[in-house]
Amino acid sequence: MLSDNTPLLEMRSIKKDFFGNQVLTDINLTLAEGEVLGLCGENGAGKSTLMKILFGMDVIRETGGYEGEILLNGKPVRFATPFDALAAGIGMVHQEFSLIPGFTATENILLNREPKKRNVISEVFGERLDTLDYNEMTGRAEAAIDKMGFKIDKGMRINEMPVGHKQFTEIARELSKDNLKLLILDEPTAVLTEKEADALLSSIRSMSEKGIAVIFITHRLHEILSVCDKVVVMRDGYVVSDVPAAETSVSEISKWMVGRSVENTGSIDIRDTSKSKTMMSIRNLWVDMPGETVRNVTLDIKEGEILGIGGLAGQGKLGIPNGIMGLYEAGGAVELDGKPIPLNSPRKCLDASLAFVSEDRRGVGLLLDETLEWNVAFPAMQVQNKFLKRYLGGLVKWRDEKAIREVTDRYIDELAIKCTGSKQKARELSGGNQQKICLAKAFALEPKFLFVSEPTRGIDIGAKELVLQALKKFNRESGVTVVMISSELEELRQICDRIAIVSGGRIAGIRPASDPSEEFGLLMVSMVK
Amino acid sequence: MNETLVDRNNITLRDRLKNMVASFGLPRLIIAGFLLLLFIAAPFVGADFWTQISNTVNRFSWNAIMVLAMVPMIHSGCGLNFGLPLGIISGLLGATLSIEFGFTGPLSFVMAILIATPFALVLGAAYGWLLNKIKGGEMMIATYVGFSSVSFMCMMWLLLPYHSPTMVWGFAGKGLRTTISLEGFYDKVLANFLQINIGNLSIPTGTLLFFALLAWLMWAFLHTKTGTAMTAVGSNPTFARAAGVNVDRMRLLSVVMSTWLAAIGILVYEQGFGFIQLYMAPFYMALPAVSAILIGGASVNKASIANVIIGTFLFQGIVTMTPTVMNSAIHMDMSEVIRVVASQGMILYALTRKTEGTK
Repeated sequence: MLSDNTPLLEMRSIKKDFFGNQVLTDINLTLAEGEVLGLCGENGAGKSTLMKILFGMDVIRETGGYEGEILLNGKPVRFATPFDALAAGIGMVHQEFSLIPGFTATENILLNREPKKRNVISEVFGERLDTLDYNEMTGRAEAAIDKMGFKIDKGMRINEMPVGHKQFTEIARELSKDNLKLLILDEPTAVLTEKEADALLSSIRSMSEKGIAVIFITHRLHEILSVCDKVVVMRDGYVVSDVPAAETSVSEISKWMVGRSVENTGSIDIRDTSKSKTMMSIRNLWVDMPGETVRNVTLDIKEGEILGIGGLAGQGKLGIPNGIMGLYEAGGAVELDGKPIPLNSPRKCLDASLAFVSEDRRGVGLLLDETLEWNVAFPAMQVQNKFLKRYLGGLVKWRDEKAIREVTDRYIDELAIKCTGSKQKARELSGGNQQKICLAKAFALEPKFLFVSEPTRGIDIGAKELVLQALKKFNRESGVTVVMISSELEELRQICDRIAIVSGGRIAGIRPASDPSEEFGLLMVSMVK
Repeated sequence: MNETLVDRNNITLRDRLKNMVASFGLPRLIIAGFLLLLFIAAPFVGADFWTQISNTVNRFSWNAIMVLAMVPMIHSGCGLNFGLPLGIISGLLGATLSIEFGFTGPLSFVMAILIATPFALVLGAAYGWLLNKIKGGEMMIATYVGFSSVSFMCMMWLLLPYHSPTMVWGFAGKGLRTTISLEGFYDKVLANFLQINIGNLSIPTGTLLFFALLAWLMWAFLHTKTGTAMTAVGSNPTFARAAGVNVDRMRLLSVVMSTWLAAIGILVYEQGFGFIQLYMAPFYMALPAVSAILIGGASVNKASIANVIIGTFLFQGIVTMTPTVMNSAIHMDMSEVIRVVASQGMILYALTRKTEGTK
């Protein structure tokens, strides 16, 4: 299948930054006709951004375009919109479905490209009023489904389909385009059952035989090995390896995915807490958090440690704190210091001296339209009656503005928060400083136990370092047990004592942070559902 | 260190100035300018300046509490209380029952408040429960709650067994009249308290003091722990929930407070106006209150006591001034048109900007 002449697609030194934050650096890729390329990497490695560039998505243009060039059949192209990319023969199946629920598979497959018949009305009023040629449509849809090699009912309405069939409908839609030369599949197997996934893999093979090149993005590494001709691994916006699939293995790929170019030996002062008492014990926890389902987590957290929880996106690591803190429906048993914590009640958790810094900073973490003072002091005021003055024998609980200002100023100093003063609105701060406010809010609660979820998401490297150091200091100086959830393994290895990896809604394993990255990488993909 | 401090202060000052100009808003500027123009023009068209001031202040004193009733629901994120008529009905029940039970003079006013309170609390709680069911569509539902409660009470005013001869229809001997005079009951009870009369200027001190008391209580409430929680619920309900606040209870409380204030508001309005107006009268009471607070600079989810005072003054100023000044100037009845354009236009303007304040 591999041809020696001009490759179908060639990407040369692609660079992209989002507002000064370099997300892609010097990406080079080639893809021949009929070749299947497996693209893998941790979340945030730049896979999706790269595909968005290739597909001409608006978000790329809106954020200042990209550098480098893309050659299609040897000719340079630069797609301004996805329509240009479609016209050039590139199809993409996104993670989110873009199908019309009330329409049949056939109608969705051929949407806006339907074969039409002229009629009296359209003769007068123009082609917008042509009648659809349903016979011809059925034929074409059938051809596309045949090409795909997996049978779906072409007359079935989308909203009645199982989720896997929706995925196949999307693929059939791309295949029904006659000029399709390159198909991008962005984690198509994430929603499929094992059997469907196998069917998808064989349909990828049959596409490849028909001369269609496929870029296949997935976290299931064995799928890549079984179907791809070559594997490209990305990390931190670089291509770290580009090898034929036959010459590599799952463990090698996972090592590339998580390893750093600069060898980082992990946390320097790891504390052995194996003999400490158990601070929190979690038994058979399930959490119904959309996209981050926790299936069955059992975990013991020792007093005074920093426990990291890592894992790939969608595997359930974010569900654990959100479930325990009562923000999403959860079940199971959680005990803090021997006392059971009632689930599904945020207030009870806070009363038990738990605190949570949410990954959704703007949605859950902050009062964007209020002052920093309010943001820092609010939970402590509501939960612990701090920063209040009492009048009439405690009947009137008056906001103590002075105490609130003092505590806010203290954290502004301690965490080096850049702002014009404690009265500034939270909305006006940068991401990193907003994150520090979220930490200050949790610190002001003076908790016994702190969950921190994705504390460094979307903030620049300098701020990252400060946030991590603040956490470490908080743990080491006040002895507070900290559980930090992060997608970035290196960050966890840098400050945690132990790291638990979540995969498929379960704990895949717990290792000391000093273990080599590859170990964690293997755990991450071990139980991916 | 000192330098940075000075720098910081400069920025705050400049920002504050900028923010003040920005937050004052174009519509408020235009309306304030228009009102100023009316005051200046008044003497030239033969209207007495001090009489105009008195009228404006009087109307301000009648309406201010109903505008104040907007504040709690705006704070808790329930939006503008278009369901104000529900509270007004509670007030009307209090007023009519107080008279029916034979109370007269100032006591009838106190009793009206006492009787109206349980109605306001119960109706407000039911209304709040409903609004908690339909988060996101509060203002639409509120409008219809107001409208339908008015229509329902149109029947009830006829059917309820009222007997007081001052209130029922003369011939039939049953069913309440559309307008009931308060003479001998609580006509001007507040207004006459410490009233100031200098020439043509007359200030209803008592009513203003009563409003000031309620406004102060509202201001104080917003500074308490519960008030803070209410504001946070309006600002970001998810944040409030994550901080252990019972969001639904805060919203319910705000609706009850708003409904009760509306009930008190209509009683104060009646004592100034001198009449109880039943049947379709409450139908039109929500919109002037809504537009007044918006003119005052409130948005759909931010409001302060200052917004209430400024807004009520501007709105009522326009309403009182336009008939006299405009009519004498152009000999045409433009006042109603201008009032409608100003009030509805203001609501429209505020609703189109709804997304700005919210997250």
